[in-house]
Amino acid sequence: MSDAEEEPESVDPETVRHVAGLARVDLDEGDVERFADQFADILGYFETLDEVPEVDRDADLANVLRPDEERESLSQEEALANAPESEEGYFKGPKVS
Amino acid sequence: MSADLNAFVTEERIEGADDGPLAGRTVAVKDNISTEGVRTTCGSEMLADYVPPYDATVVERVKEAGATIVGKANMDEFGMGTTTETSAFGPTRNPVETDRVPGGSSGGSAAAVAAGEADLALGSDTGGSIRCPAAFCGVVGIKPTYGLVSRYGLVAYANSLEQIGPIAPTVEEAAELLDVIAGPDPNDATTRFDDEDAAGWAAGDEHPADAATYADAADGDVDGLEIAVPNELVEGADEGVVETFYDALDDLEAQGASYHEVSLPCVEYAVEAYYVIAMGEASSNLARFDGVRYGVSGGFDGDWNEAFAASRDQGFGEEVKRRVLLGTYALSAGYHDKYYRKAQDARAWIKRDFDEALSEADVLATPTMPVKPFRLGESLDDPLRMYLADANTTPVNLADLPAISVPAGESEGLPVGMQFVGPAFGEERVIRAASALE
Repeated sequence: MSDAEEEPESVDPETVRHVAGLARVDLDEGDVERFADQFADILGYFETLDEVPEVDRDADLANVLRPDEERESLSQEEALANAPESEEGYFKGPKVS
Repeated sequence: MSADLNAFVTEERIEGADDGPLAGRTVAVKDNISTEGVRTTCGSEMLADYVPPYDATVVERVKEAGATIVGKANMDEFGMGTTTETSAFGPTRNPVETDRVPGGSSGGSAAAVAAGEADLALGSDTGGSIRCPAAFCGVVGIKPTYGLVSRYGLVAYANSLEQIGPIAPTVEEAAELLDVIAGPDPNDATTRFDDEDAAGWAAGDEHPADAATYADAADGDVDGLEIAVPNELVEGADEGVVETFYDALDDLEAQGASYHEVSLPCVEYAVEAYYVIAMGEASSNLARFDGVRYGVSGGFDGDWNEAFAASRDQGFGEEVKRRVLLGTYALSAGYHDKYYRKAQDARAWIKRDFDEALSEADVLATPTMPVKPFRLGESLDDPLRMYLADANTTPVNLADLPAISVPAGESEGLPVGMQFVGPAFGEERVIRAASALE
């Protein structure tokens, strides 16, 4: 909460790198600089949301669920068809740690 | 002509049933709507080779109705843009004036229809992506009420906001395509009104589309129609747009409609609220693109996180990265309450005020876009300027309501669109009002 009290008048490149890390997107230095400038503009614009009053959100909605029954699904072959690499019927991914 | 406009990412014919309400008609399908066996790129390098193993529900319905699909229409990458310039497959040009953008994100769909490369088209509208290109290309586009049309097979960008809808040369043809695609779908829980076993179901419940024939509503009868005009959505528009808009209102008045002005201060916050919510949902939805199950492989050099980040650097374009990062930021610890919660308050406020305005009017009317079509390249370096062009369309998605864009006339040779907004599941009203302008 304490962070949120500070107005992000400018966004420093370190913040852009941190968020890119959370989102798992590599950025080159040019991207970082450009995004830092643009984010200051865009987030500055989002600041006006502070003026919005609290509003009751009383959506009259109900969850719609179907019975949990067995049904047809994609075959293993179809599920793997778009994977860049697979091995013996499994997706092949990078090491986890 | 086709190569010049770049309206399609993939040109491939998919034949439909021998007969049906759309027999003999051709349809362009936006490239974020899944087509079995035909690649579906979302305008992204990430999905350049992605071939869906199944059809979207709307594609099944269009084929069953006898239409022939002629190709997958170009679009802003993952629907993120207002110009169709963020596509990894190059920009689409506006057939009305080819150094202008067709609008976005369903720019290929609207350009294909305007140029006669398809009779009809399917687009998707998250914050104006059907109505904006319809307005910029001088054709008709309908953004249905949330829940009227199945989203099954639509590659998600911001699920709480988006709907698939029709684009066509006339209101009646757009309504005919809506008749084909609307209705409940067991594969999209937000369309379901038909399941007696479901919680919340009451005897007599039926899906609104079951009780309506939308094409019949395009009868041009606006005698007695009461129109409300939200001041805030007209004041900021270009002079030529405002003039054309009021000329169209006069035309409706001459046909027996009347209008009054209303003030909706909530709409001043719509663009901000829309972008916070859409970017937040995008950051979560696009997490699935990891280069393992589909997409550009990140290789096997580093660990999972490094490979994932490399895949997304290569696969995503600049606007997608911008939105994923901003969405991640707005939802991160410390900022969630400041941005996301306030955006949800704004959404509820807009919904309430639109419902109220619609209790004293049959429809609301605004210019669809406050500006005329940009020149190619004009808005690309200034994302905030591009976002602000969505001022009149985003409130409708936030309020879950139906809206139509219909040509209102021209300003300096460029098309100007009129937007009508109706109450939830009041598609017939906006179709009727729009048909009186043809």
